[in-house]
Amino acid sequence: MSAGGTNSFAPGFYEGDRPRIVTSRFGLEDSHTLARFVATGGYEGLRRALGRPAGEVHDEVRSATVLGRGGAGFPAGTKWGLTPQEVWPRYLVVNGDESEPGTYKDRLLMERDPHQLIEGCLIACYAAGLSQCFLYIRGEMALAQERVATALNDAYAAGYVGRNILGSGFSVDIVLHWGAGAYVVGEETALIESLEGNRGMPRLKPPYFPAAIGLYGQPTIVNNVETLANLPWLMVNGAEAYTAIGTPTSPGTRMVAVSGHVKRPGVYEIVNGTTTFRDLLFGEEFCGGMRDGRTLKAFVPGGGSAPWFLPDQLDLPFEASQVGPAGSMLGSGAVMVMDDTTDIPRAALTLTRFYAHESCGKCTPCREGGTWLERILSRIVDGKGTDADLDQLMEVGQSICPGAFPHASSERLGINATPFPYRMNTICFVGPSAFAPVHSALTLFREEFDARVTRRIHIPVSAVGAAQ
Amino acid sequence: MSTTETNAGETPEVPVDPNAVSISINGRSVAARKGELIIAAADREGEYIPRFCYHPRMSSVGMCRQCLVEVEGPRGPMMVVSCMTPVADGQVVRTETEQVKRAQEGMIEMLLANHPLDCPVCDTGGECPLQDQAFSHGPGESRFVEEKRHYEKPIPISDLVFLDRERCILCDRCTRFAREVAGDPLISFTQRGNNTQVMTFPDEPFASYFSGNTVQICPVGALTAQPYRFKARPWDLEQRESTCTTCSVGCRTVVQSSRDELVRYQGVDSDPVNWGWMCDRGRFNFQSVNSEDRLGTPLMRRDGSLAATSWSVALDAVAREMRSGGAVAVLGGSRGTNEDAFMWGLLADAVGSTMRDAQMDDGLPSSVFSLPQATIDSACAAGTVVLLAPDLKEELPVLHIRLRDAATRHGLRIIEIASHDTGLTPHAWRSVRCEPGAQQDAVRSVLADAEMSAQLAGGNVVVVVGRANLAESAATTMAALDGLLSAVPAATVLPVLRRGNVRGALGLGLAPVDGNDTASVLEAAAGGKVACLVLLGADPLSDVADADLARRGIAGARFVVAVDTFLTRSAAQADVVLPAAAYGEKDGTTTNLEGRVSNVVQKITPRGTSRADWMVAAELLHLLGKDAGVATLADVQRLMSARFPAFGAAAASVEVRRNGVVVTSGGARQPAPAVSVTPRSSYDFRLVVSRKLYDLAVGTAQSPSMANLAPGAAVLVHPLDAERVGARDGANVKVSNSHSSVVLPVVSSGAVPRGTAVVPFNQPGADVRGLIRRGEPVTDVRIETV
Amino acid sequence: MARLTEENVRLAQEIISRYPRPRSAMIPLLHLAQEQDGYVTEDAMAHIAGLVGASPAEVYGTASFYEMFKFHPVGRYVINICGTMSCALAGAEDLMHHAEEKLGVRMGGTTDDGLITLERAECQAACTEAPCLQTNYRYSFRVTAESFDTLVDDLRAGRLADEIPPHGTVARVRQHIPADKGAGVHAPEDVKSAPAWLDGKAAL
Ligand SMILES: Cc1cc2nc3c(=O)[nH]c(=O)nc-3n(C[C@H](O)[C@H](O)[C@H](O)COP(=O)(O)O)c2cc1C
Ligand code: SF4
Ligand code: SF4
Ligand code: SF4
Ligand code: FES
Ligand code: FES
Repeated sequence: MSAGGTNSFAPGFYEGDRPRIVTSRFGLEDSHTLARFVATGGYEGLRRALGRPAGEVHDEVRSATVLGRGGAGFPAGTKWGLTPQEVWPRYLVVNGDESEPGTYKDRLLMERDPHQLIEGCLIACYAAGLSQCFLYIRGEMALAQERVATALNDAYAAGYVGRNILGSGFSVDIVLHWGAGAYVVGEETALIESLEGNRGMPRLKPPYFPAAIGLYGQPTIVNNVETLANLPWLMVNGAEAYTAIGTPTSPGTRMVAVSGHVKRPGVYEIVNGTTTFRDLLFGEEFCGGMRDGRTLKAFVPGGGSAPWFLPDQLDLPFEASQVGPAGSMLGSGAVMVMDDTTDIPRAALTLTRFYAHESCGKCTPCREGGTWLERILSRIVDGKGTDADLDQLMEVGQSICPGAFPHASSERLGINATPFPYRMNTICFVGPSAFAPVHSALTLFREEFDARVTRRIHIPVSAVGAAQ
Repeated sequence: MSTTETNAGETPEVPVDPNAVSISINGRSVAARKGELIIAAADREGEYIPRFCYHPRMSSVGMCRQCLVEVEGPRGPMMVVSCMTPVADGQVVRTETEQVKRAQEGMIEMLLANHPLDCPVCDTGGECPLQDQAFSHGPGESRFVEEKRHYEKPIPISDLVFLDRERCILCDRCTRFAREVAGDPLISFTQRGNNTQVMTFPDEPFASYFSGNTVQICPVGALTAQPYRFKARPWDLEQRESTCTTCSVGCRTVVQSSRDELVRYQGVDSDPVNWGWMCDRGRFNFQSVNSEDRLGTPLMRRDGSLAATSWSVALDAVAREMRSGGAVAVLGGSRGTNEDAFMWGLLADAVGSTMRDAQMDDGLPSSVFSLPQATIDSACAAGTVVLLAPDLKEELPVLHIRLRDAATRHGLRIIEIASHDTGLTPHAWRSVRCEPGAQQDAVRSVLADAEMSAQLAGGNVVVVVGRANLAESAATTMAALDGLLSAVPAATVLPVLRRGNVRGALGLGLAPVDGNDTASVLEAAAGGKVACLVLLGADPLSDVADADLARRGIAGARFVVAVDTFLTRSAAQADVVLPAAAYGEKDGTTTNLEGRVSNVVQKITPRGTSRADWMVAAELLHLLGKDAGVATLADVQRLMSARFPAFGAAAASVEVRRNGVVVTSGGARQPAPAVSVTPRSSYDFRLVVSRKLYDLAVGTAQSPSMANLAPGAAVLVHPLDAERVGARDGANVKVSNSHSSVVLPVVSSGAVPRGTAVVPFNQPGADVRGLIRRGEPVTDVRIETV
Repeated sequence: MARLTEENVRLAQEIISRYPRPRSAMIPLLHLAQEQDGYVTEDAMAHIAGLVGASPAEVYGTASFYEMFKFHPVGRYVINICGTMSCALAGAEDLMHHAEEKLGVRMGGTTDDGLITLERAECQAACTEAPCLQTNYRYSFRVTAESFDTLVDDLRAGRLADEIPPHGTVARVRQHIPADKGAGVHAPEDVKSAPAWLDGKAAL
């Protein structure tokens, strides 16, 4: 079992000479232990938070604009304020179901620094008045489950979690929960269904905004692991220090996984808002350029669901307000890089197959349309497609996402960008995600499809009859 | 503020309904109510939006996406699912734009992608929403050339329902119904994504009393009912709206026939009654009407055995007996129509009979109808319902559904007083267990409980009262009811007597006169004091709990006339048997448990020469020289109006063919005497004999699809009691008392408290009725291993 | 076919007690069943139904939604090879073919000795270390044909028995909330007002 990364105990992760808000302990082999955590300033943020009225802590988070790191990028402090007045109890559900293709950082945060996450959960519960916390970890993440379980057991024993935390009178349980393998459960309403013991099928928003109608029908805050992991640092250093990093609309840092055809694929904590894709893919402190001296063909900028970018978009920063108009999204912080050797239809198929396979089956366009797309695409990849299939792909896509679908601009093709977002006929984003790679590939690399398919010869029905 | 110049008082403020909103649908302004869904508002306005998963009586899930419409939003038109989007004031909805059309076509195409094109052999073909919408809203052709999903062709998921997974479009209607409405989540989606399928758990069939509803609401032919499979094609079907009289809920239905044979009943959505639902017993017992065993000609006893004869010979014989001067008794009438009961009441009057009773000693005194009455709706809207009743799921299934819905979704609090767990126990706010005979004490303990008495003091209380135990006298229930009503005087009462038209029959002339109820009539007959005993769709030998009394009564009557659809045990003992037209073979009206009068219809020709009960009575009146002058049903109803104006008016109204008209006579409380019950010896069990939905009654026994569903005779006791007796589950035990003994398999059940033994009534297997004696308030038995 | 053992019922009850609604424990209990028997038996599902207050059909409905639950016996080790984009870009298809050859089974199959089940999986959140696989949910990164063979040989020789528990056991550490340390469950029906610490004052 070989391992990349800076340290053998943190494969995939690379430190750097950058601000480290959530990965500050990743270089320590025993970073997951309570002793190391406390020795490196752990639970200090909690202590600071408890030393202030809850409302003030909430305000601090609000003014820091901690963007959600789960995909939607909604500011945590604002989300906590969306619960209906005077409805109790309210819950915190921690989304550790990380499964978006290309994405991983929550796994590392749970494996490498579980106490930091626990501390973040406690701060959130305190600030937003949440009575019980459920920490939902993806089923396949055995090590993360073990690390968080150990950390929780230790933290309970030491009085950091549970009854009368640090003698403050603040009490909250964190219940470790674990899944069993279903990507869609990462979607917050599906996460809640799953946590209620049901099939993880998303609920329609509206009306089921978790902040209003969530777990057991109560107001529920769903936050991503990384989002919460930001809170201890924020409590110790304050919102001002937090917003001093990055840009006003995208402050702080974020963890990004870059995989695919680069020299040094890895997970990096980057400065939000200012770091560009070029920095990330070609900068020496990051991926160091394309592998084997190849050239960049395309990249997926924000997890498998995101429409693709071309070298044209390399100078865009990690800033939603710029990536959206350029035709894609930042999503979950995952970049997948394709060099010029990449078989584009085949690459698209690996993603479309993923979303078709992960469809929960609740709504017609995704359940039927996703598989349909996959079938056609795989026929094309196998060299058995016709030119009519290419139109059909777009037609099926129209039934999933009516109207113009976002894509990047291309100088080579002479096309302008269609901005994000799209319209959709589905309940959640899985259906559109099955179409996104097909649409990007077909729009940006049509020639690779044309070369693969045979032209269908149209035989008029009457002619068939005449021949008999 | 100045005090003089305001106009207040001069222009009365028009009260603005805070819930009224105005929206526009396709350019038309539409009044709607806050919280209403767009699709519901559109339905009301006749703007049909196609749909598959939406059902107005279930929660919306937004799965099929067929109901997408365009709504004007801040950033231009948005597509929303109209089955989950509530109306909002000023909302602009368009259901026919290019975008909408395109979406609808897209959904249809996708649904058809994996749908077999076997409409010509599908039961639903011709009445299939998918087929219809494929024509009206489909793309015209499917471009899906991939291989379709394949599953094993129809598999039985219960004795009554087949599932064809290839046809299923995964709308969640059946599964939602099972979970949400029936509370029997025995079917569920399984697997995921494109492999999602509806399934049961292995070896645990979808044995819900309500399973037929899933067949009715399945928008494709994926679910089919065993009794209807391949029976008819929709274009051969004729139908009329009617009322189910299998029990006294009185569900509205349509009765469908093909080539003069009943082939299907479907529920009709009647807002005050059944909301479109039916129970399986009511839904599938049309099979019994078609039974080969139906009586088609009159029979008369000659040389000790029954032989076919003509109507005139048979009727002459009956008239002769009636004229003979001896006492005439009429038992039964609750399986017929209001008109049947009325005419037989008239006949009883004409021959001066004081012996009549529509109940088989298995209900409550008809004085319960004189108490202040509740309706199904008022019970569901109540703050508290007190159940002093049998298991409604077993006896009055759709009432169970209505109360369950009120308790689970609308905050109704149920206080259940029962001898053992019932279908509503999981939804009861409080359940009080009491031994047979101890209901009065149970009521006292409810009233003594601080929480429960506070709840009752909160007002809006309905008492649902019925005969929960046939091995216990009705007097104990009446005494308990009286105790409750004296403490909660404002409470209203919903009597739940089970037989289809028992309330109509009792109200229209077949109620006991001077206390001459079925038991005393049978006692009189046993003593040779009844000259002519008419059994009007009644079978005392099967139905009267005191079997010994029934046997003596039938044997002692000088002349027995049975008017029935089948040769029942009692009819087989009769001197004359007159074949009766069955449900679906005659028009008329019926009265449900709340006193609601609605119509029943003739859909097919009566079997053989059988005729409606009222005609038989009319002819006998004629033969007796007391012709009532009735030739048609309208004549009967006119006569009925004169004697019973409320019933007559109801029968004549238009509403009788829709939701019906409630006719109640509720008055004031009449005190009922307390009953003293001797304590049970600690070796004994106190016996509960209660009904199950499926039993040996002709409606089920003569319907092949249901004949095997009766669970069979057994004695249920608490597991610790089974241990005490020393009997393993399933082992035979002897259940005995001084009257008789019977051998039954024992079933240990946590639903039964210690010291109580529950035996289902009228089941295949040993007959428990020998243990029961009328006049004894409770029945105690011993249980020993054999 | 087995119901949960007494010890597992005790564990199940402890898990259930952490949630406001027993049904929330459904997935953890299904894992417990799979840990006990290597797969989820029908008896266990019926047993769990009783424990969490659901019908067996609902338990099966939930269980069959999730990839990790198996309803038939599988190998002691389940090897999941990731085939999603990043791994595919790094040659996952070749690795899968190699694995099929090495083990002599197709994807989804189990070796004759019942030791190894081979499966195709979706993204395992280790995309930078592609291609990757999991053996009973323990990772191998940047897998080559050679390292795959070594893995299989090690599994066969029992050299990884300490590191990798048999199929069914995911986490080897369980959460335990000591009775005197827990803050307790907060069910909707029991909590009607804001938590005490929202009193406008600092908690510490
Ligand atoms: C199909 C789908 C999958 C998702 N998967 C994840 C996930 O694995 N982890 C996650 O944190 N959020 C995921 N999300 C986003 C969540 O719905 C939710 O927005 C997020 O957990 C909120 O946390 P945040 O505000 O802290 O980002 C997913 C969303 C969709 C539509
Ligand atoms: S879009 Fe796909 S995953 Fe999302 S709810 Fe619909 S079917 Fe399920
Ligand atoms: S069987 Fe019928 S009702 Fe049930 S989900 Fe399928 S289509 Fe819908
Ligand atoms: S509940 Fe009664 S009236 Fe309704 S369908 Fe069933 S038997 Fe008929
Ligand atoms: S009817 Fe609205 S989504 Fe199915
Ligand atoms: S694509 Fe294989 S681990 Fe993510």
